[in-house]
Amino acid sequence: MREDYKMDTREKDIEKLKDYKYGFTTDIENIKAPKGLNENVIKFISNIKKEPQWMLDFRLKAYERLKLLKEPDWQKPKYPKIDYQDLYYYSAPKSMKDKPKSLDELDPKLLETYKKLGIPLQEQARLNGIAVDAVFDSVSVATTFKGELTKQGIIFCSMSEAIQKHPELVKKYLGTVIPVTDHFFATLNSAVFTDGSFVYIPEGVKCPMELSTYFRINASETGQFERTLIIADKGSYVSYLEGCTAPMRDENQLHAANVELIALDDAEIKYSTVQNWYPGDENGKGGIYNFVTKRGLCKGKNSKISWTQVETGSAITWKYPSCILKGDNSTGEFYSIAITNNHQKADTGTKMIHLGKNTKSKIISKGISAGFSDMTYRGLVDINSKAKNSSNYTQCDSLLMGNKCGAHTVPYIKNKNFDSNIAHEATTSKISEEQLHYCQQRGLNPEEAVGLIVNGFCKEVLQQLPMEFAVEAQKLVGISLEGSVG
Amino acid sequence: MSEQLQLDFDKIIKTSKFSDDEIQSKKFFLKKFIENGFPNRKQEDWKFLDISQIIKRNISDLSFFNDYSLPNKIDPSIFVDGLEHNKIIFINGRVEKIDFSYEDQNKIEIKHDIEKNISFDYKNSLIDLNSAFINKVFKIIVNKNYSLKKPLIIYHSTNDKVKSTNVNLRLDFELGENSCLRLIDFFADNTNKNFINIFYNFNLLKDSILKNYKIDKFKNDNLKYSFNNIEQDNNSVSETFILSAGSDYFKNEINCNLNGEYSSAFINGVFSLKENQQHEIRTTINHLVENTKSYQLIKSVLGKNAKSAYQGKIFVNSKAQKTDGYQLSKAILLDETSEFNAKPELEIYADDVKCSHGSASGSLNEDSIFYLMSRGLNYQQSKELLINGFLLDVIEKITDSEIKKLIKNIIGLK
Repeated sequence: MREDYKMDTREKDIEKLKDYKYGFTTDIENIKAPKGLNENVIKFISNIKKEPQWMLDFRLKAYERLKLLKEPDWQKPKYPKIDYQDLYYYSAPKSMKDKPKSLDELDPKLLETYKKLGIPLQEQARLNGIAVDAVFDSVSVATTFKGELTKQGIIFCSMSEAIQKHPELVKKYLGTVIPVTDHFFATLNSAVFTDGSFVYIPEGVKCPMELSTYFRINASETGQFERTLIIADKGSYVSYLEGCTAPMRDENQLHAANVELIALDDAEIKYSTVQNWYPGDENGKGGIYNFVTKRGLCKGKNSKISWTQVETGSAITWKYPSCILKGDNSTGEFYSIAITNNHQKADTGTKMIHLGKNTKSKIISKGISAGFSDMTYRGLVDINSKAKNSSNYTQCDSLLMGNKCGAHTVPYIKNKNFDSNIAHEATTSKISEEQLHYCQQRGLNPEEAVGLIVNGFCKEVLQQLPMEFAVEAQKLVGISLEGSVG
Repeated sequence: MSEQLQLDFDKIIKTSKFSDDEIQSKKFFLKKFIENGFPNRKQEDWKFLDISQIIKRNISDLSFFNDYSLPNKIDPSIFVDGLEHNKIIFINGRVEKIDFSYEDQNKIEIKHDIEKNISFDYKNSLIDLNSAFINKVFKIIVNKNYSLKKPLIIYHSTNDKVKSTNVNLRLDFELGENSCLRLIDFFADNTNKNFINIFYNFNLLKDSILKNYKIDKFKNDNLKYSFNNIEQDNNSVSETFILSAGSDYFKNEINCNLNGEYSSAFINGVFSLKENQQHEIRTTINHLVENTKSYQLIKSVLGKNAKSAYQGKIFVNSKAQKTDGYQLSKAILLDETSEFNAKPELEIYADDVKCSHGSASGSLNEDSIFYLMSRGLNYQQSKELLINGFLLDVIEKITDSEIKKLIKNIIGLK
């Protein structure tokens, strides 16, 4: 009864919104919230998505908090000030009319990269939102997968769908790892997120396949404020892939996604990312700001969360996939390759927060910078006084190409427990002339030689990627460094 | 606090004899300090140990007044035995004696009417505090081609006349071409909850060698901050050793600019901390030209409630090819309540460099203790032997055998 009443008043609210002086277009094909960030826009987003009241409350709480927060400014890569009132926070996916009709309309440079990566034609089309021939319809493939998942009780759907269909799970876990009271960008996301993925693996289930946004229906254009929530119940296992090796173009410059992982007793989550957003041109013009908050909570005993990332795109990458090791005997891992070329900048790393007993963490980070770029590894290892017998091992290596770029390492190490061990190592070096000479002598051209050496340098991380991903990622590593030697 | 600052400042100006120029410059620094106040954890460099909190907790009412008008009595019992040396004696912020009797008098110049302005860029309000309240600044110049025959020991002491007071010291050194200075800072202070703020500025010309040993061994409840700025020309060498063990709080900061080719900087430090002590070392090595070298080794042994922090930064300019930088910090935590924090940082803009850092912390290895006990030592003895071995590694890095012996004696290591 009460719910009904609420819904009723909300409808009225929306009626009022329509009178909002800039007006809301109600044309279904082309729904767009007005520019700017305010309570009305948040209510609008929530309403469009037909969200229940608790979800709207969640958003508004985040917005209240956001008003008090300031953008952080301690990071290495500086960027021009973003005017948050000059952004669109919601717009419906583009209609077929605005999309390119065929591959010929695309940037030839992009096509060339596709070719090098070996991406099939129909996939190239799909990536750019071109209507795909029925024969190659990836949707049908996805549907087959979906059937198999449902049989096992696995929930894999979009965030909006989860809010409607599985509110009890979303309500229970959303915001428990990244609370609405977190830092500026995370809170912004909590207030205005549009969509994302939701995964729930029931007790004792080992997910039979690698889950990927790729197979999710309507996964494209989740917008710039993506929200992902993955829950692995007791004794379950899931491997999740985000992104793909193909270069991605997007009109939104700011990307502030939130990813929350929760692993209960004996559960394991493996989260792999390949990020290849548009990095801007050779002169550093344009490109995406990738400011993502990723955090995993090893909530149960013997749980494990493992992050693997290959970051080659974006003008600025600023993210620290972290693990909170709360359950006893839990494990956190972080494997990262970050490559910056031209004028790209990256400030990335991880946080390992040891709270439970016998917790272990491992960090392997490989940074490669070329051109005029800047690469920073920034990480925190914090062993709490209660985290008896914990250990951490960190290794971060940097490779520099030329003396116009920079490679930096900023680890923070806090050990408050005398039973625990922390070991940290970092090195910086360059590709030696001898190595290059050796490869070239055997018939590789300089670029291939660099690709080969860099792949060797990154091997420890590439090994962690799922098979088919790893092959593509290897190619990507070579391509990202094109033009940096010679 | 700003009222207190202003009051004490006026009092110092009244009781001491400063020239108008000096007063003007002091006023400038006072204003700057009042604007910024003591550093706190919001500043990156003070993240681990927040000095404004520590001062508040340990010394509730800090006084800034120093009576510079009356000389203090020198207590010869603090002097180091068994080593002939030159002396500079600081008592309560006053230089009471400068004694270079072992040296060739015309090879060393002592000036005190030096330029007070600070020539390098800094973001550190404690230097402003120092410049505002300092008595006299001396500059010691070692002439070209002269190596001091005996080491110079600077005695830092306070007597019962000052309590809960801020004491400031500053010395400038210039080492002429091909000269050599061995300098020991020896802390022998009474325990009266003072805050001692030391600022040294070194200028090392071509081929000169500076060896600086800081010895803070005897238990006292003073808080100390020391800042060394070292500028190095071609082929110069600086070696700094820090024994950080006595005071309740001690932060040593070394900023080293390798401006000349083939110059090198070595910093070694030992923390040996017990009950409630909080110490920190922060080093910044700026490799600015080609072929420079730096090395840092910091080891901590931490007892009950003790906390140590090491922040080390190696910066390599894009011109500074062929840089060799190495940094290692290790800590042994002896108690559940001990804490070790580290931030080893690399900032590198050149590609042909060899830079690495490492950090490790943990408890004493039980296997090693077992090994020693199986050979007849008791638990306590085994533990001590392992700790001594761990620290001796740093002591052995001291290149001057005479001083190494002295330091080993002071610590009680053989």
